[in-house]
Amino acid sequence: MSLAARDRRLAWGLLAPALLWTAAFFILPFLGMVALSFAHMEGRQIVHGFDAGNYVRIFTDWTMLKALINSLEITAVVTVISIVLAYPLAAIIAFRVPVRWQRLALLLAVLPFWTSYVVRSYSWLLVLGQNGVVNQTLLGLGLIAEPLQIASTRAATVIGFVHFFVMLLTLTIYANLIQLSPNYARAAQDLGAGRWQTFAHVILPLTLPGVVTGAFLTFVLCIGDYITPQILGGNAELTLPQLIMLQLGRSGNFPLASALSVILMAVVTLAYVTSSRWLRLDRV
Amino acid sequence: MRHLAWAYLAAAYVFVFLPVVVLVVFSFQDGRLPVPPFRGVTLDWYAKVLADGKLMAALWNSLVVAVVSSTVALILGFLAAHALARVRLPGSALMRGVLIAPLTVSYLIIALGLLNLYTQTGIRLSLWTAGIGHVVINLPLCFAITYAAMGDHQKAAERAARDLGAPEWKVLLLISAPMLSAPLAAAFFLSVTFSWDEFIIAFLLTRFDVTLPVEIWSMLRSGLSPATNAVGSLVFLVSVTLVILLELLVFRRAK
Amino acid sequence: MTASVSIQSVSQRYGAALALHDVSLEIAAGEFVVLLGPSGCGKTTLLNIIGGFAEPTSGRVLIGGRDMTGVAPKDRPTTTVFQDYALFPHMSLRDNVAFGLRMRGVPRADRARKADAMLALVGLEGRGDRRPHELSGGQRQRVALARALAVEPDVLLLDEPLGALDLKLRRQMQDELKAIQRRVGTTFVHVTHDQEEAMAIADRIVVMNGGRIEDHGPPREVYLHPKTLFTAGFMGEINRIPVRNGRAPFGPVPVADGILCIRPEAMTPTGSLHIGPCTVRDAAFFGTHVRAHVSPLAAPDLRLVVHLPQSQIVEEGRVLDLGADSHVVLTE
Repeated sequence: MSLAARDRRLAWGLLAPALLWTAAFFILPFLGMVALSFAHMEGRQIVHGFDAGNYVRIFTDWTMLKALINSLEITAVVTVISIVLAYPLAAIIAFRVPVRWQRLALLLAVLPFWTSYVVRSYSWLLVLGQNGVVNQTLLGLGLIAEPLQIASTRAATVIGFVHFFVMLLTLTIYANLIQLSPNYARAAQDLGAGRWQTFAHVILPLTLPGVVTGAFLTFVLCIGDYITPQILGGNAELTLPQLIMLQLGRSGNFPLASALSVILMAVVTLAYVTSSRWLRLDRV
Repeated sequence: MRHLAWAYLAAAYVFVFLPVVVLVVFSFQDGRLPVPPFRGVTLDWYAKVLADGKLMAALWNSLVVAVVSSTVALILGFLAAHALARVRLPGSALMRGVLIAPLTVSYLIIALGLLNLYTQTGIRLSLWTAGIGHVVINLPLCFAITYAAMGDHQKAAERAARDLGAPEWKVLLLISAPMLSAPLAAAFFLSVTFSWDEFIIAFLLTRFDVTLPVEIWSMLRSGLSPATNAVGSLVFLVSVTLVILLELLVFRRAK
Repeated sequence: MTASVSIQSVSQRYGAALALHDVSLEIAAGEFVVLLGPSGCGKTTLLNIIGGFAEPTSGRVLIGGRDMTGVAPKDRPTTTVFQDYALFPHMSLRDNVAFGLRMRGVPRADRARKADAMLALVGLEGRGDRRPHELSGGQRQRVALARALAVEPDVLLLDEPLGALDLKLRRQMQDELKAIQRRVGTTFVHVTHDQEEAMAIADRIVVMNGGRIEDHGPPREVYLHPKTLFTAGFMGEINRIPVRNGRAPFGPVPVADGILCIRPEAMTPTGSLHIGPCTVRDAAFFGTHVRAHVSPLAAPDLRLVVHLPQSQIVEEGRVLDLGADSHVVLTE
């Protein structure tokens, strides 16, 4: 056997465990889920077959369609707000904070990232609830007469999400900004660009791939999350993951849950395809 | 302009820390509800939480699942990255894509797929079935981090070791792994924190023994309580200690 | 300890590009051979093929008479000093040097002793406990050399080992490399693009260009009697004067038709091949010599480079009578 062939065989040997794991516990279950989405329920019994009924139901039943729309709206709003808030924060840490304090500043800015995900949403409930810190403070200052209804609304869900994703995006955007040679900005200014022009024509385009990657991550994590809308948004309006969990819990309707998951997956894939030109997932 | 920047920074820190501060402060609440007004300091809730057998069992379960699943993910990811960084195989790009793919799929979908697989094959739900799911989500992470860290410098040293007569497993053990100790540690710690904190997979794929986030979830159902604050504060303390240790041990030394 | 290398019609193809074109070369045991050429000439590819890091598309390599086809780098009687040294950053110098012995199952105490002896050989006595990052570039280079020699290879391959060093250090390391090769007697195959380095160390220089061997021979031979125009130009500065029907631009010359090649230092007032009176266009003092551009009065458009003795004061416009001490005639 030639040297190159021996090398390749060895490489396959090293690759095999990871590929087999991914195939057995990711690809296979996923295909199984797609197959299951074409099954249907008779009583509490799953009947396998090819039946597009679940999909027809999703796009004709207003509760289901509304959940999909809610999820898309919330995710879009969260992604945009998070980027708009995180970019300046990352830029201030990268360009204004003295270099020796930058790591500390960044570490602090994302420290709550490391609290338990469930606990983080719960904490926001304490802040935004009927008797929460915000309402008590505003009432105490006499700015409002009645407590504001924030918890169990879409606003609470969005606040909870934005909190999490501002931290995530600050990390990724910061990492992008400090990789830029300071000579780009110097060259631009040397050629007569002002601060704003330097930012708009040089810095922003150079960091765009990082921003898009961060936005994509935000999109994926946000649209698939169950905890935050469940704890903060309540059941007033449902998101897609909440609807999926309802199917699993209440009625044990696995086929419908699978069909909803396939829709969720399709939305994510669509987002991936749109942004793939700029994505650098191996650089996350 | 300058003042505006500092003001923005301050406001951002307030926003980011607000829920954490509220969480920690009201874990000391001397009263039944973790909301204002603050009625005084007590450690009762911590005592109650630490004496809670179910909670402590869940904490231990979480640690075991996190460490075991991260170790498996790290080994699989590292070996795959080593192979793909070294040899050009037909379909290299496709395989990188397949290995990274779970990163782009919602945890809920991974959990649902596995739940369906387990039901159809008759595998009983346990901590191990959740651990398998955690390997699926952490494998791409470990792969991506180690793959990105394998530079020319790394490859040159591996080549030199082979030239000096090292068989492949010795190259991995004596050269590649020690040279990549910083990214390997980073990938491992990150995986541990993700697994330790993961809810939906653990929720759907465990039955009798559960992990900490699932146990906290069931606490939430009985409404607001300073006990939940105390658990949350403890978890935060553990995670932050891990992060600071990682920062001090790995990144400082790597410089 | 030492072995001959036989390269037999080796070709290497990368896609459509031909990196090596039917190269054959015999290297004697204990010889110090330098593969010299510009980047992309195929010299590093050839070295990789000898070391087993690449496989030739066709042809084969024999080391000590043994066919190396299908033999992995770790099983070949060769070791390599890499251009970037590739020292293991997480190991002490001693562990670096002893690594090859460790792989061959040599007991710890023995390999430590051998490693210390090798470090002494390259002038790093008593530094075995240091780490690579504590060393200067020149010292790292020495460690890489000690590491490759510690396993007593039959053939040592050196891939531009001095390329990263500054000029002064490079000249010093050349002398040491030559001395070490004489002591250990191992066959050295050394790749470089620096012709001065090649002449300083080689028993034999192999000049490569475009994936082929252009010329080979001892330094003096290759420099003074190059077989091709490429070699003539690559080995050092040279004046090329076209000769047709026995006439050069400045007059008749007693040589065959072709390109008359004369080294700048071969142009002297007493040279036997007469060129005639020349006007000095400009001159600069180079320390060891004065470098001047001159034009023969009979051919004012021809510019020739001349090296004159350092003692000679040459002003612009002065006329010198020049001839060539030695020359070769080559064809395009």
